[in-house]
Amino acid sequence: MNRRDFTQTLGLGAAGLFMPKIPALARTVTAEELLEPGLDIAIKKRLADAGLHAATAKGATYADVRIGRYLNQYVMTREDKVQNIINTESFGVGVRVIANGCWGFAAIGDTQSEEDVARTAEKAVAFAKAHSRLMKKPIQLAPQKGFGEVSWKTKVEKNSFEIPVKEKVELLLTANGIAMQNGASFINNTLFMINEQKYFASTDGSYIDQDVHRIWPNFTVTAVDKASGLMATRDSLSAPMGRSYDYLQTAPPDRLTGVTTRYNQGYDMLEDAEAAAKQARLKLKAKTVEPGKWDLVLDPSHTYLTIHESVGHATELDRVLGYEANLAGTSFATIDKWKSKNFNYGSPVVNFFADKTQPGSLGDVGWDDEGVKTKKWDIIKDGILVNYQAIRDQVHMLGETESQGCCYADSWSTVQFQRMANISLAPGKERLSVDEMIKDVKKGIYIIGDGSYSIDQQRYNFQFGGQLFYEIKDGQIVGMLRDVAYQSNTQEFWNSCVKVCDERDYRMGGTFFDGKGQPAQINSVSHGSSTARFNGVNVLNTGRKI
Amino acid sequence: MAIISKEEAKKILDKALSFSKADEMSVSLGGGRTSNIRYALNSVSSGGEFDNMSLLITAGIGKRMGSATINEFNDKAIERTVRRAEEIARLAPENSEYMPMIGPQTYLETPMYSENTAKMDAEYRAQVAFDSVDACEQKNLSAAGFMQDSAGFSAIANSKGLFGYNKATSVDFSVTVRTADATGSGYVTRDFNDISKLKTRSVTGIAMQKALASTNARALEPGKYTVILEPTAMGTLLQSMMGGMDTRLADEGRSFLSKKGGGTRLGEKMLDERVTIYSDPMNLEAPSEPFAGEGRNRTGSFLGGGGAVSDGRPQEKITWFENGVVKNMSYSRFWADKKGVKAVPPPTGFIMAGGNQSLADLIKSTDKGILVTRLWYVRMVDPKTLLQTGLTRDGTFYIENGQIKFPIKNFRFNESAVIVLNNVEALGAPIRVGGNLIPPVKARDFTFTSLSDAV
Repeated sequence: MNRRDFTQTLGLGAAGLFMPKIPALARTVTAEELLEPGLDIAIKKRLADAGLHAATAKGATYADVRIGRYLNQYVMTREDKVQNIINTESFGVGVRVIANGCWGFAAIGDTQSEEDVARTAEKAVAFAKAHSRLMKKPIQLAPQKGFGEVSWKTKVEKNSFEIPVKEKVELLLTANGIAMQNGASFINNTLFMINEQKYFASTDGSYIDQDVHRIWPNFTVTAVDKASGLMATRDSLSAPMGRSYDYLQTAPPDRLTGVTTRYNQGYDMLEDAEAAAKQARLKLKAKTVEPGKWDLVLDPSHTYLTIHESVGHATELDRVLGYEANLAGTSFATIDKWKSKNFNYGSPVVNFFADKTQPGSLGDVGWDDEGVKTKKWDIIKDGILVNYQAIRDQVHMLGETESQGCCYADSWSTVQFQRMANISLAPGKERLSVDEMIKDVKKGIYIIGDGSYSIDQQRYNFQFGGQLFYEIKDGQIVGMLRDVAYQSNTQEFWNSCVKVCDERDYRMGGTFFDGKGQPAQINSVSHGSSTARFNGVNVLNTGRKI
Repeated sequence: MAIISKEEAKKILDKALSFSKADEMSVSLGGGRTSNIRYALNSVSSGGEFDNMSLLITAGIGKRMGSATINEFNDKAIERTVRRAEEIARLAPENSEYMPMIGPQTYLETPMYSENTAKMDAEYRAQVAFDSVDACEQKNLSAAGFMQDSAGFSAIANSKGLFGYNKATSVDFSVTVRTADATGSGYVTRDFNDISKLKTRSVTGIAMQKALASTNARALEPGKYTVILEPTAMGTLLQSMMGGMDTRLADEGRSFLSKKGGGTRLGEKMLDERVTIYSDPMNLEAPSEPFAGEGRNRTGSFLGGGGAVSDGRPQEKITWFENGVVKNMSYSRFWADKKGVKAVPPPTGFIMAGGNQSLADLIKSTDKGILVTRLWYVRMVDPKTLLQTGLTRDGTFYIENGQIKFPIKNFRFNESAVIVLNNVEALGAPIRVGGNLIPPVKARDFTFTSLSDAV
């Protein structure tokens, strides 16, 4: 291997000194190992069957086995330095069972032994039996047909792990150089790539093999004016995607021009880094916002986070029921509101759907982690709350017999539970562009990109910042504002939504790190929308002196 | 996974170092078990355990560095991993900020380990949950709680003769108690190294009391109020401040410790003179790791040697703020070398000095104010001013004439820890929260910006 081939292997450049926490139970590996095919599917089936048989032999009434190989690559740079390049692999088997009407779970790492998996299954049954004395009601699992031996794969045009690390480093350092030449004081740039190779088998008769790819290119540009003591940052306008390296190629339709360039199915990091540096400088001189009521025009690069917090989490049934009360909280969207069939979650132009099949989204998979085929369903229709997100042991509480397929675990070593599906705001039904929307606004702020975010434990009261704030006066963008954050209440906010641009403007944002549960797990999820307008929202000024 | 002894750990680390052909090499070994039990709606919902041990090998060649990890411990596997780390180092880009490894250090023997915790089993854990649930059921209340315990070790060594070993246990418990009609909620959290100090039935009683007392909350107008922040709430605000003590960030002009015109605010009085914050790994109530970067995460679970790279700097007692003055800031080794100062690692735990007054004393001395149990979803709005936003949760009460008068609806706040610690009225006796010791803090003019209907 020569120096040029560094691109093919792991490097801990600057290095270990800045090495981030590696996910629990993951080990660092060479880049070549990320391309190894992993276990043969016949071996996975044998391991899974060993677990299923052992569990049922010990009295489990249901069992599932997940064999997971989780591959990550992070490339991190700062200005002209590579801070870190790290590849990790984590492989193991998780077994979940129902015995004595109670869930049990156990996991084992780095094994290809049928005996090990069988022992793990027996341990899961033992946990279930031990805990069952503290169960109030036995688990009621929605029936699920077995799918036999099936598979699913993210559409990949360019596998991220096949791209030489050198190429990735060059891209990031080039972007950094462009940012520095255009006024940045500092830039931190990260490329994060994920491949989840997941095999699922259950006593229902499913043997599901899935290959999931995700990518997130992102940076933060900082501009500092030491004389005034001011600092401004601008984060990248990329979105994490259920895609591979092809996301970093852009075709003309992927760019939306306007007050700044925004991106759709492709992302141009170099162009965005230049804009970010210039805009961070401009933010230092921007007018500080006058607090009060403003009409907001929100770009999808911003709206995704508001959707995530105020609709996505609020309609998770486990939260509604109280299972997350100790940490993530409960929800204001209680069962009685859903049953009333007339709870105005939003105005009539507000339609939300959940969709685990949306191509390119972070939550896009063929089956969830309890063997349910994924699908699309309505959450809010014409402003009315019509459904929740639920999984197999919850749907009977809604009078349903079929899970919606949103069960997920972030590792073979963690137990699967209800996680957020892609929740998206449907585009407006009438033809409306962003320019046309802005032309209508007398006193408003156009917000692009996500910033600081916070919402209460029942998803009522929230506060959001952003990346770019443009003042709109009499239908024209007149300049940049700073120190902007808006506060509202979920129901009031979505009822103040008066217009949504049409499908031509529909784009997805998302997060790699949607957190929930104890011990905490992460989930990757996307939220699509078109630019939307909200009237009379309370804006505050966040400027302070210390 | 049993905790291996200092001698056993040294044997594995020495073996790895003996295979080295690099200019320098560091090795880090860590392992242990982490277990948990979770319950909600007065019923156990999940529980589990995992254990792990792994070895992280970092090779330095010139100004290049490479790392690899392994969780097999036979000679062949270790040697293969050493070769891989070296190969990666040869191919890695040169790092202009590379710092040579440090030689032998003297580490404190911190009191982080308890045999009581190490020997905990599933039955004990189930009893912990039962005690909490049973107390609530008897009062028709609903409990949602979580306990995680861990026992593990960490050891580091390098080719320059450095060696360190530490073993530790931890227990983190929290419970949220809600009334049957979901109009009242209370919370309590406790953490210890020794499980015998955790009495879940009595601790749950605090959350029960808050839940029962917080029903029928009234709305107060947002604005500036005198607040009593209980240690759990104050600890949340302090996390960002203590996590931002880095000198390089301040020198670069992007920290609350940056000075207008350049430089840092080291030596300046930034906080009320009653505020003193230090870290002390040997503190008996809240001990912390003896060396920087040990492979142990915040929640106490052991990630193994792959969890983090330790540069081996010893942790010692450091005063960060003394009588309101910035006394010390942390430095990476590179930045310290550049500045010609001692490379002080960031704290792994912190202790805020308080007074002798109890929470009840603080309430008694308050004419008008708000008692805050817990803060939720706290996020940074502006790192330059440490302005954070978030909400109160699980027990917020109005105080008048030295007494709690009635429960109030939750508030959103927009406030900076620096401003809070400038507006101190009184400090109570510190208690342990999240591995730190924090007092309840009474402060004036705390900024609440809107109301929340969330219970």
